[in-house]
Amino acid sequence: MTREKLLEVKNLQKHFAVGKKNTIKAVDGVSFDIFKGETFGLVGESGCGKSTTGRTIIRLYDATGGEVKFNGEDVHGRKNKSELLKFNRKMQMIFQDPSSSLNPRMTVLDIIAEGLDVHKLVKNEAERKQKVEELLESVGLNKEHATRFPHEFSGGQRQRIGIARALAVDPEFIIADEPISALDVSIQAQVVNLLKKLQKERGLTYLFIAHDLSMVKYISDRIGVMYMGNLVELAESDELYNNPIHPYTKSLLSAIPLPDPRYERARKRIAYDPTVHGTDGDFELREVVPGHFVRCTAKEFERYQNEQK
Amino acid sequence: MDKNNLKNIPKDLFVPLVRKEDTSEKISAPSRTFFQDAKRTLFSNKPAVFSMILILFIIIMSIVGPWMNNYGSDEQDLKRAKMPPRVPAFENVSWLGMNGTLSGTFQGKDVQQASAKAKARFDNKEEFIDLEVINKGDGTRNSAEVKATYRIYEAKDMKDTYFWFGSDALGRDQWTRLWEGTRVSLIIAFVAALLDLVIGVSYGGISAFYGGRVDNIMQRIAEILVGIPNLVIILLMMLVLKPGIISIVIALSITGWIGMSRIVRGEVLKLKNQEFVLASRTLGTSNGTIIRKHLVPNISGIIIINTMFSVPGAIFFEAFLSFIGLGIVPPDASLGSLIDLGFDNLRLYPYMLVFPAIVISVLMIAFNIVGDGLRDAFDPKMHK
Amino acid sequence: MSKLLEVKDLKVSFNTYNGEVHAVRGVTFDLNKGETLAIVGESGSGKSVTSNAIMRLLPEPHGFIKEGQILLEGVDLAKKTSKEMQKIRGKDISMVFQDPMSSLNPTMKIGYQIMEGLMKHQNMSKTEARKTALELLTLVGIPRPDVRINQYPHQFSGGMRQRVVVAIALACNPKILIADEPTTALDVTIQAQILELMKSIQQKTDSAIIFITHDLGVVANVADRVAVMYAGKIVEIGTVDDIFYNPKHPYTWGLIGSMPTLDSSDEELFAIPGSPPNMLTPPVGDAFAPRNHFALEIDTVMEPPMFKVSDTHYAATWLLHPDAPKIEPPAAVKHRMQGFAQTGTKGGGKR
Repeated sequence: MTREKLLEVKNLQKHFAVGKKNTIKAVDGVSFDIFKGETFGLVGESGCGKSTTGRTIIRLYDATGGEVKFNGEDVHGRKNKSELLKFNRKMQMIFQDPSSSLNPRMTVLDIIAEGLDVHKLVKNEAERKQKVEELLESVGLNKEHATRFPHEFSGGQRQRIGIARALAVDPEFIIADEPISALDVSIQAQVVNLLKKLQKERGLTYLFIAHDLSMVKYISDRIGVMYMGNLVELAESDELYNNPIHPYTKSLLSAIPLPDPRYERARKRIAYDPTVHGTDGDFELREVVPGHFVRCTAKEFERYQNEQK
Repeated sequence: MDKNNLKNIPKDLFVPLVRKEDTSEKISAPSRTFFQDAKRTLFSNKPAVFSMILILFIIIMSIVGPWMNNYGSDEQDLKRAKMPPRVPAFENVSWLGMNGTLSGTFQGKDVQQASAKAKARFDNKEEFIDLEVINKGDGTRNSAEVKATYRIYEAKDMKDTYFWFGSDALGRDQWTRLWEGTRVSLIIAFVAALLDLVIGVSYGGISAFYGGRVDNIMQRIAEILVGIPNLVIILLMMLVLKPGIISIVIALSITGWIGMSRIVRGEVLKLKNQEFVLASRTLGTSNGTIIRKHLVPNISGIIIINTMFSVPGAIFFEAFLSFIGLGIVPPDASLGSLIDLGFDNLRLYPYMLVFPAIVISVLMIAFNIVGDGLRDAFDPKMHK
Repeated sequence: MSKLLEVKDLKVSFNTYNGEVHAVRGVTFDLNKGETLAIVGESGSGKSVTSNAIMRLLPEPHGFIKEGQILLEGVDLAKKTSKEMQKIRGKDISMVFQDPMSSLNPTMKIGYQIMEGLMKHQNMSKTEARKTALELLTLVGIPRPDVRINQYPHQFSGGMRQRVVVAIALACNPKILIADEPTTALDVTIQAQILELMKSIQQKTDSAIIFITHDLGVVANVADRVAVMYAGKIVEIGTVDDIFYNPKHPYTWGLIGSMPTLDSSDEELFAIPGSPPNMLTPPVGDAFAPRNHFALEIDTVMEPPMFKVSDTHYAATWLLHPDAPKIEPPAAVKHRMQGFAQTGTKGGGKR
């Protein structure tokens, strides 16, 4: 099966200047592709650059270096207004914090209709209202909610309003930046179920950013693990879970507690020691097993390959 | 719960619940906007409501007050200078001090000496002076006390004339001048506050929204402006401009907006990285729309509060300038210049100071209470 | 096992602008010496309020204990004055909060922050306290404690800071340690370290821990017993095996069902619909009924009492009443009750 690449990220870099001399390399050369219709999970600890990657892809930040191609078109670089707007319609984002991602002074109707207004997708007030009500229904809320304000909703409901806002412009690709981290367990499941349902109905492609590995495993087709601004491992999600190769991934997986007391009593945590890689050598993302990439030196690459046999 | 009770539950209750409608997503609380909540909190705050009524009353009086009698604010007539307050209805209530008489207690060796002093003080018009002996005295110095009441309106043959708040040293009606002065003070305060608002909000907003180098340069400029003592600026400006409303307004707003701009800058810096602003960006919303739809509504509360607090500040500053002679100069009146004139005659004609002092105090306190009330009202923690 | 803490029919309310919020509506549980009790629930279920009430840290006078007893070795804490509570806090019961940054004073050296309690509660001299502080820092696994003791909180990473907070909480050998979401703000690897630390310290000091969290994985890791809270009440309480392998309350089913298993990519998660109730006006009958797939007619009339499942296991649902229809947990939950780890394609063992 040949799959169509929707998004290509090549050697993406984002550095933040701190003072005159120092820079923080939040994203330091990340490359991956996302295929049409799949969910790509990006995991890592706080500060590893996963959110910055998402925000740079959607142009909230200007990239320091590298290339992002969407449907073969370069996303960054100079663009005129109409090109930008076209791009804004195709790529949307769902944010982490349901308490700050909705403007507290706007009604749900106006919040969801914002995209419709910007792109002039509706002709009159009645059509606008009807479209918003459809969107509300598709995220499991009802149309009475349209006249209310964000503070009247619970966290899960607000997150669904955020999803409806993103859906309003009919995007092809949605970046979900930790969409469930701030929610309660039972509500997380609601939101994840909704995202899966919408993907099926609308053929969406997701970039799902999170630190909760079990949820990422559940929703993603492929997963990239980030560490200190680099992608250290990339594989199909089952492959990554059952056969982690990079020591950091191993340590990360061994740290997740599962809701199973018997398993928990037996679980042993593996600590990650970054010095195992040595200081010399050229770190690169190399394909150890078909479809399974690991960032390693040439020497490590040989070792990993031998281990896999 | 005891066991028997549990067994007595009718069995037909143990059937799966048939749901009439899906209520799991229902919101039971009534829908209210932020401003409705704020209004409710504000109007349940009694001191704030009372202060708002007071301010409204003073504003209305400053407009209609001068038309309520026939005196002009600059009708000078030395013959009727320094007349005490006289109000028709209160003429017979002596303790109010509005019965058109001057009074004082005079001391002397004996009653006669004290009376003579009283007469000398009140133009020697004996037939209009009522004397009341408080202490007969024993011949020693200042032991006798006489209270004298001088019916000045009769003495000056102005039986049908009423100066409600008295007249000043040049014979101008204090009532008219007080309300005209209040009007001038309020105009200065409101215009200055409005200028603070416009300049401060746009300066702070632009500085924070565009950030980076723009922010850096704009903040350095503001710091330099703040570094110059504004009294110096005003003194210099008074050399160039004619003293008057416009120059005071300019003087007040030349540095007054910096406080507002700093507050707005802080708020915008906080807001512009909020996720709802980022979300709006990803939708392709233009900067102007983001400012108009997302930033301004969210800082409007803090702007209103800050303006409310800058009004009494401006009133006070205007009074201060006029009091030291740099502000409004006669024949124009302002609360400050009236207080200045009253201050000169404080001992003999206290009413000249009392009325403008009361008005300015009430205004300052009321604006501050309303400002506090608004701060509570716009604090989401206060309405739950 | 002896009962260290008994909470009896605790009710806590908050007075707000709109009226009284019934945050905790009659909570009863015991805590035995040396055990870890996990309190699980959604935000707003009253789990943090319960722990704050035990510590008497409610924002009085808005928040107050309306009814009930909190017996620490037979002495009722609910009746103590705030002066008396100051002596108990930190000494008999101490607390670890969620955010390690805001629970340390940024202007004080961490050594002094540990020593403060020692000097106050145990009348130690400064040198003694310093010695104990060094021991504590070693105990919580901070390398080079002699250097670290003179540093300020900002010089520590998040995980290290939480270790310091644990050290402060442990300083006076408390009988009970209340940990309110101590690992929620931390990354998984750091979380695992802190959990290991708390378990090893508990083995050494034999103190009891009340662990408040919403993460069922963490519960399975640390808890001996689990109390599930919903809308200000405990709806199910039992040993950790009771709760994970034999849950009886539909809410517990929902919580377990909403966690993904390792091979569950194809099935839909068993989510609990809707949102938690508004505690300003708690519903009549079972508060969970509006979100419950298995609600009975009686749930809308009467609140279910605690039914006994076994000596250690109780649940408040009418489904346990002898007259109730037999209802099996949904397939997804049954599947999970077999154990999460066994469901992985190659078995969890390899991880």
